[in-house]
Amino acid sequence: MIEAINEAMRQEMERDPRVIVLGEDVGENGGVFRATDGLLEQFGDQRVFDTPLAESGIIGTSIGLAINGMRPIAEIQFLGFVYQAMDQLAAQAARIRFRSAGRFACPIVVRSPYGGGVRTPELHSDALEALFTHSPGLKVVMPSNPYDAKGLLISAIRDEDPVLFLEPMKLYRAFRMEVPEEPYTIPLGQARVVKEGEDVTIIAWGPTVPLVANIAAEMQAKGVDAEVIDLRCLQPLDIDTIIASVEKTGRVMIVHEAVKTGGFGAEVAALISERALFSLSAPIVRIAGYDTPYPVPSVEDDWLPNPARIAEGIETLMRY
Amino acid sequence: MFDPDKLPVEIVQILDENGNGDEKKLAAFSDEWLLRAYREMRRARVIDERLLRMQRQGRIGTYAPFSGQEAAQIGSALALRKDDWIFPSYREVAVCLMHGMPLEQFFHYVQGRLSGKRMPEGLNIFPTQIIIAAQTLHAVGCAWASKLKGESQVSVAYFGDGATSEGDFHEAMNFAAVYNVPVIFFCQNNQYAISVPYRKQTASRTIAQKALAYGMKGVLVDGNDVLAVYETMKQAVEAARRGEGPMLIEALTYRLGPHTTADDPTKYRRPEEVETWRTKDPLHRLRVLLERRGLWTEVQEEALVAQVNDEVTAAYEAAIASKAGSIVDVFDYVYSEAPTLLAEQKEEVMRRKQRSGVR
Repeated sequence: MIEAINEAMRQEMERDPRVIVLGEDVGENGGVFRATDGLLEQFGDQRVFDTPLAESGIIGTSIGLAINGMRPIAEIQFLGFVYQAMDQLAAQAARIRFRSAGRFACPIVVRSPYGGGVRTPELHSDALEALFTHSPGLKVVMPSNPYDAKGLLISAIRDEDPVLFLEPMKLYRAFRMEVPEEPYTIPLGQARVVKEGEDVTIIAWGPTVPLVANIAAEMQAKGVDAEVIDLRCLQPLDIDTIIASVEKTGRVMIVHEAVKTGGFGAEVAALISERALFSLSAPIVRIAGYDTPYPVPSVEDDWLPNPARIAEGIETLMRY
Repeated sequence: MFDPDKLPVEIVQILDENGNGDEKKLAAFSDEWLLRAYREMRRARVIDERLLRMQRQGRIGTYAPFSGQEAAQIGSALALRKDDWIFPSYREVAVCLMHGMPLEQFFHYVQGRLSGKRMPEGLNIFPTQIIIAAQTLHAVGCAWASKLKGESQVSVAYFGDGATSEGDFHEAMNFAAVYNVPVIFFCQNNQYAISVPYRKQTASRTIAQKALAYGMKGVLVDGNDVLAVYETMKQAVEAARRGEGPMLIEALTYRLGPHTTADDPTKYRRPEEVETWRTKDPLHRLRVLLERRGLWTEVQEEALVAQVNDEVTAAYEAAIASKAGSIVDVFDYVYSEAPTLLAEQKEEVMRRKQRSGVR
């Protein structure tokens, strides 16, 4: 996935001279995960900027760059650090269009790695997407595989709105996948049906997608035909794909790493209850991080959605 | 050892509070320029006083008056080119007017209309910033873009003394100096952040000296002296345009009125202090100079005040006569294209409006 992300940025920088990259360690070092590897060499120090260590500064200056004609791709080194830039993202970038009644736009992309299972220090793993889906004006994109990552990132860079592009770091090098060499786009706001099924709908995004896809495959052998939906974007949300699936299966499980209470799973569950309550044959099940701060590495595997918790949830649903 | 107590503190002043100054320095300003500066400051003062009264009459919403700060605002704005960018906070109404904002536009804003948020095309004025110091970073980014594109505009961040305590101010100063971008940090030190006085805001003797920590030039100027403000700003802008990078200007001034129309300053300021600053009024000293030179009379003064009052009335009436927006409009400026769920919410509102027969 990391190569797909790198290729998307490289190709967009080749296509559009307004596209620039800025962030901590993104230049000489090519990013702490090598996402921006080689960009400084190819495009020079007037397109790729190692910034001072200041998250609010990175987002705040990106806003100014964008309103004056540039297309900045900013990196927040780990999503847990984004709290230091909350005002600039949620109260500034998100509102530029509204605050100016359409006179100004803020076409920036903020890339950030997140997600658990990789034994990080504190505040490196937290999945904080719900903070931003609750901030009108921002788009939130959460790819789960290399193909989607490239197509969605190119779309995000070409988008006229600020896009938060969240990269599950566990999947950066988890598996390889054929990705077309030429640039391509995937529209923001289209979910992907990973596996079709009749018995239960499993909705996931980001790092929980490969997890639930594996379990769905295992469950097939046990006679449970699960449909797996990768939302890919939380804002805009592909509600039609969700409702169509729920109407078919009548059973719903939502799986995300973020803490359960107030997580985006709650929004999805509420939308389903508003629009397809009478298609449901069982209460909606949410498998999520527990309502604690992201824990220490020694216990994170038990905290995160894992095969045991997901299998138990499917069994519960299938009892109805 | 860098000892802040040993820093020499000098303040740039051309015209003192009695309208006197070094003749050689004064000679750099034409009669025409002096008259223009005075007229603009007087216009701003009349507008400010009217807006304050109109708020008291319930005709406009919350308002943050700037009386006392006209020299800082008009003097700095006069030194700008029309295509330069400004990033104002909520107290920079005189700056915005000077940079081309139509007065009617401001009435849309203080009447809480969506249309008040949209600056006319071609005006490089960013929307009014409410979050203290957030705009300093936007100004740096904007200046950075000008530099990358090889364009000659400068960007100006306007803010107050309270903003210099915010993290964004320090990040902005640092980024600006590291990338050597054409941005001016223009601080109106009006000595109060709502009720908190300067001495509780910072232990620095001056705000200007904060520039040194970032490898930037800083200058302290008498913010009630429009000549000194203009001259200082002009030098900063010219240096930025030449590629010499950012500068911090501290304009020492005083907010004669309340923080906003929702504030009672007698709770935290003694009347004697306010009276002392009234003697340093930026309009008074320039008027003394103009009268001494035979360039201004009471008759001209009265005519100007009457003219501006008419202008205010006309702008206000034009604003209230124009079509007010409705709840339907709020959905149009969130995204370039409304996502499905947002579009559904707009339809819901439109259906309800149709049912109730409301416009």
